[in-house]
Amino acid sequence: MRFFEYEAREIVKRAGIPVTDFGFTRDAAEAKEIAARIGGPTVIKSQVLSGGRMKAGGVQFADTPEEAQTHAENVLKLEINGQMPRGILVDPKADIDQEFYVGVVWDGTAKQPVIIFSPVGGIDIEQVAEEQPDKVGRRHFSNILPFSDYIAKEVIASTGVTGSDLNKLVPIVTKLAKLFVEKDMTLAEINPLGKLKDGSFVALDAHMDMENEARGRHKALLADLGVADEETREAREATPFEIAGEAVDAMDHRGVAGNVTEFDGNLGLVIGAGGGSLTLFDAVRAQGGDPANYCEIGGNPSVNKACGLAKLVLQKPGVDKIAVMMSIVSNTRVDIVARGVIKACLELDMDPAEKIAIFRIPGAWEDEGFLILDKYGVEYADRSVSLHEAARRAVEKIGAAA
Amino acid sequence: MSILVNENTTFIVQGITGREAVNLTRECLDYGKGAKVVGGVTPGRLGREVHGVPVFDTVAQAVAHHGSPIDGSVVTVPPAFTKDAVFEAIENGIKLIVIVTERIPRRDVAQMVELATLRGARIIGPNCLGIIVPDVVKMGGIGGPAKDAAKSYTPGSVGVISRSGGMTTEMSSTLTAAGLGQSTAVSIGGDAIIGSSYAELMPLFEADEQTEAIVIYTEPGGRMEAELAKWVTDNNSRLPIVAFMAGRFMDEMPGMSFGHAGTIVEGKEDTATEKIARLAEAGIVVAEEIAEIPELVKQAIAKRKG
Repeated sequence: MRFFEYEAREIVKRAGIPVTDFGFTRDAAEAKEIAARIGGPTVIKSQVLSGGRMKAGGVQFADTPEEAQTHAENVLKLEINGQMPRGILVDPKADIDQEFYVGVVWDGTAKQPVIIFSPVGGIDIEQVAEEQPDKVGRRHFSNILPFSDYIAKEVIASTGVTGSDLNKLVPIVTKLAKLFVEKDMTLAEINPLGKLKDGSFVALDAHMDMENEARGRHKALLADLGVADEETREAREATPFEIAGEAVDAMDHRGVAGNVTEFDGNLGLVIGAGGGSLTLFDAVRAQGGDPANYCEIGGNPSVNKACGLAKLVLQKPGVDKIAVMMSIVSNTRVDIVARGVIKACLELDMDPAEKIAIFRIPGAWEDEGFLILDKYGVEYADRSVSLHEAARRAVEKIGAAA
Repeated sequence: MSILVNENTTFIVQGITGREAVNLTRECLDYGKGAKVVGGVTPGRLGREVHGVPVFDTVAQAVAHHGSPIDGSVVTVPPAFTKDAVFEAIENGIKLIVIVTERIPRRDVAQMVELATLRGARIIGPNCLGIIVPDVVKMGGIGGPAKDAAKSYTPGSVGVISRSGGMTTEMSSTLTAAGLGQSTAVSIGGDAIIGSSYAELMPLFEADEQTEAIVIYTEPGGRMEAELAKWVTDNNSRLPIVAFMAGRFMDEMPGMSFGHAGTIVEGKEDTATEKIARLAEAGIVVAEEIAEIPELVKQAIAKRKG
């Protein structure tokens, strides 16, 4: 889950890392007040989760509070990559001597966090790594041993930074590394980390991503920041269809029938499990099909949940038929999914034989499932029909219908 | 032969009294030659039995009851308790841990894996279905009830490694239908950080005489395929590899996660397109459809032998 810059800066501040005297607001008049309080030139920054703010005109410089207000009005109205800003950040325009970079991420291969440090900041670290590789330091650290300052010292020193800069940077890098671990971040980045004219360091921008699975451990922090439980902070906002999918999955605690993503095609998909869904979605598209949605079934959901998911997909505008397909199941029961999808058709006064283009779920309780499907005349396939072949049949049927 | 487990492997089930764990225990006892499930652990349930398997409060009690070191553990406890359960297993001398639990934060996983490395133990998973040696033994829910697992898996010469539990069975079933059996199939888990990656299992398959080829299932996200490609090149592996890549559509949707927690695409190296290119560079054949895999495997084996 990605944080807005103003939230990320607050997290950095709470970790004891120096930040500027910034203010966040959703109101242009208040922006003027903040600018007046700061005194001197300010920067008005759009608060969106998307990159490319500068290019889009979402970052403006003001010399006076009045100018800050005008910029604030404009930036608040400016859509960036399809997102309206959450608000604006009013920041003192700092007197910078040099910009540094520091970030912490997971290395999935080494299975440890890695600190990345560079005395060349303010630009993309990937670019620095490509153009000036000797200016980028990397240092893994243990998941088990307590973090110790020398680790930060080593990574900073490896880039040629020494003297009082080194000694002032060690506590900042240490605090960021500890914050990364303690707050279950998947990315904790300060870029730029500014060195001011007086030789002190201050975080000028911050980027934080918290692991979704760990949100439950940080309820107090999230509540303080005003992050609501339902805010997913995915790359795009959830659609009403997707939110309805979550409601289906929350009906009871048995298995999964959800993880719905909306697309705009005519073939509704009731598919599973994790890897099976990915394979099947690709397969439908490879066969020239046009999916109306992505979703996942797994872990043996109840009849009601399977029914709820099928109903949701069947009722989606533009959906002509649904394809019910999974990779071979061992835990989920074929008969339960069959019951669920047939129940959905019947409750919507639809003919299962006509609406279900194909049912391809082999595995546990398949004989019982196939009996039910036979009764309603639904076309089904066992494991001798591949996932791609099942997708082909579904696409062919919907082609004939359209 | 097989890798990781064989008919003599002893293991316990941590969280054995949970609904899914009870089923899993039954399946393992029934499958092949019958797994040696020597105990189960659920705190507060000492003295109970699950399908004849004695239940203990602690791993130490299970080891004491068994009278000698226990080889493995299947961990099925809820995410908030998994790290503690795995630490307990490792510190009681268990060397092979299959973590079934999903939705465990990365920090916990990384701690478990690091402790395992320090103690010479191996973790498979989390968010996986375990290991199966066809007709011999299974450790975990892989393949489901014994009679269903028997339909999908047959003994043979193909090693299977998959980031998806369900697709491990789907691919193995396809191989079986084409007359290609499996030496060992391992569901390694779908998370961003896992105990054993493809490259970390390859040396075991490389040393296993029964194995003549490898089939992998892979997804966008992470650097695991690049790591495999490097391993294959560096070690001049004797084993041909056929890969299947799912989730190609995700390349158009950066920042979105589908299927498994590990699939979120964060950089160019994570995309399906990039991974396919890397695998191909290392001589790994990438199948377009699951149904193509058996033929590609047969061709690859014939080529190596020829």
